[in-house]
Amino acid sequence: MRKITYGQAICEAIDEEMARDKNVIFLGEDIEILGGNFRATPGLYEKYGGWRVRNTPISENSFTGLGLGAALTGLRPIIEIMFCDFMMLAGDQIANQIAKIRYMSGGQARVPLTIRTTMGGGRSTAAQHSQSLQAIVCHIPGLKVVMPSSASEAKGLLKTAIRDDNPVIFFEHKMEYNKTYEVPEKEYTIPFGVANILKGGKDITIVGTSNLALKALQAAEGLTQEGIDAEVIDPRTLVPLDKDTIINSVKKTGRLLIVDEGCERCGVAGEIAMSVLKDVFYHLNAPIERLTTANIPLPFSPALEFPLIPDEKKIYQKAKDMVLG
Amino acid sequence: MENKFNPIKDYNLPKEKLIKMYQDMLKIRYFENKITDLYSKGLMPGLAHLYIGEEAIAVGVCNNLTERDFATSTHRGHGHLIAQGCDLKRMMAEVLGKEDGYCRGKGGTMHIADFSKGILGANGIVGAGIPIATGSGYSAKVRGTDQVTVAFFGDAASNQGTFHESINMAAAWKLPVIYVCENNLYGISVDIRKVTNTKDIATRALAYDIPGVIVNGNDVLEVYRVTKEAVERARRGEGPTLIECKTYRWKGHHLGDPGRVYRLEKETKEWMARCPVKTYKERLLDENVAKDKGLVIIEGDVKQMIEEAVDFAIKSPYPKEKEAFEDLFIEQEGVK
Repeated sequence: MRKITYGQAICEAIDEEMARDKNVIFLGEDIEILGGNFRATPGLYEKYGGWRVRNTPISENSFTGLGLGAALTGLRPIIEIMFCDFMMLAGDQIANQIAKIRYMSGGQARVPLTIRTTMGGGRSTAAQHSQSLQAIVCHIPGLKVVMPSSASEAKGLLKTAIRDDNPVIFFEHKMEYNKTYEVPEKEYTIPFGVANILKGGKDITIVGTSNLALKALQAAEGLTQEGIDAEVIDPRTLVPLDKDTIINSVKKTGRLLIVDEGCERCGVAGEIAMSVLKDVFYHLNAPIERLTTANIPLPFSPALEFPLIPDEKKIYQKAKDMVLG
Repeated sequence: MENKFNPIKDYNLPKEKLIKMYQDMLKIRYFENKITDLYSKGLMPGLAHLYIGEEAIAVGVCNNLTERDFATSTHRGHGHLIAQGCDLKRMMAEVLGKEDGYCRGKGGTMHIADFSKGILGANGIVGAGIPIATGSGYSAKVRGTDQVTVAFFGDAASNQGTFHESINMAAAWKLPVIYVCENNLYGISVDIRKVTNTKDIATRALAYDIPGVIVNGNDVLEVYRVTKEAVERARRGEGPTLIECKTYRWKGHHLGDPGRVYRLEKETKEWMARCPVKTYKERLLDENVAKDKGLVIIEGDVKQMIEEAVDFAIKSPYPKEKEAFEDLFIEQEGVK
């Protein structure tokens, strides 16, 4: 299969959807000539012109709200928020407007809006450009939340997001853009709410969000050397969450480790644990565990930052401890 | 601001339009009076932000729009919806939290929307409709239509970041949006003159290099005239206009706030003497556009409409508990 980067996969998804539907527009900071801050989407401006692909001023709350107004009146906008940290500037439009207008209008409104944003640490960008704020948007009813792992996942899920008639927050991991992956050439989409079992196993279930699903897979390969057979699940979408796949897995393995790059407190890992606990309680051989970043802002220095971020080594160790006690 | 009006004939409007605007203002006034009544009887849940005293703005603006155009409204939004021709029965039912309301009881007074008339929602967040209206304008530009969008907001919203951010974009891209600031002088209890250095809000248009117009918001024909120019300009692709309508909120911020402790009675009385409905009626009579008998009939008709709306709303059932789990997402059952 051909190999392309995660960034190219994102760009292909947008390009294909823009070619397919003239109502798809793409707005954000630095997307015209630069093709976005991470150079993921070059060429779209030249191809689709200045109204369908447009640089916005640095006005996150209002250009996000502009996306909502466009979505309500016949367009299918993709809004890029450079870092999810900046999503906080658009807090009102995301939490109070976009998420709620369909519900509050008694089902009159249709909001086919995709907000693409980036998350994650690892680039020494310090605490205002490194956050993983997926838990915050998961907490707000009315938003779908997507966290793709690899490039092929990102492409298929982004196409589904763009076609969805509901608002979708799409988190891209900023460490992934330049990594190459196998991506099918033929057109495909990936449905929401269907988790992906990356590897079957019988001793422990490891759920990893975003690129941590891939790191969990690496860890699982190491665990095999220790005679531990781990099952690795990529939930793909946090809202809707495919609880059944996780529950069925844990019923089989008796152990659950959840890995997410957000902070621990009130985070995605805790939420996944609690939402499956009742169904798996009598099948558990060990307490459910989570591996997240600590409840502190991510610091600048690599010496401080890297030890805080979950990776394959930490997943390996944690899973091993859980199985061997 | 004195009660100085131009002769009606100067506006060159057909009699039907002149009378319709009177009727529209009455609808708002009577609707709001009825809300006061229902609220005091404990029939209306939540908060009631009344538009009484500001009717000329919604009516003067919306009489320039078609059902293909769009508007975003505010927490004080009943007037905008009525002026845009929304159904009084479904509005009243929504205000009472009933099944037949526009939002099936999920939005209430602060969130009535009617997408069939281009009303993209009243809004509980001050200034939040401004970017949404701007996006609606962007959409018309992309889709290549001549639709315009009106953003209604108050004086207090002009100090939200969305005001600057949105008008800046609309000006840069010549979007067909009309920004209508209803300056009623108070944001809840705060006097705009004490938190803003400039006397007028419209002067901010200079910063965006777009037209900024100040108008007597209690003169429906002046509001109509300046909006007409702005709408025509927008339809020609020449970009947005900021219109500041000077007006006054007769009641408190909402029913339950008498609106007295932070305002002088003298000021309130002066503004009530400039009643947009009463002064317009006097002009219609004085300038022989209508006869007293004719207006009395209209007043009776409108009262009847409001009574029918109340009757409809009271008879409408409350939504069923399970309906709380509907309408979150499209094409999905219940809440996931």
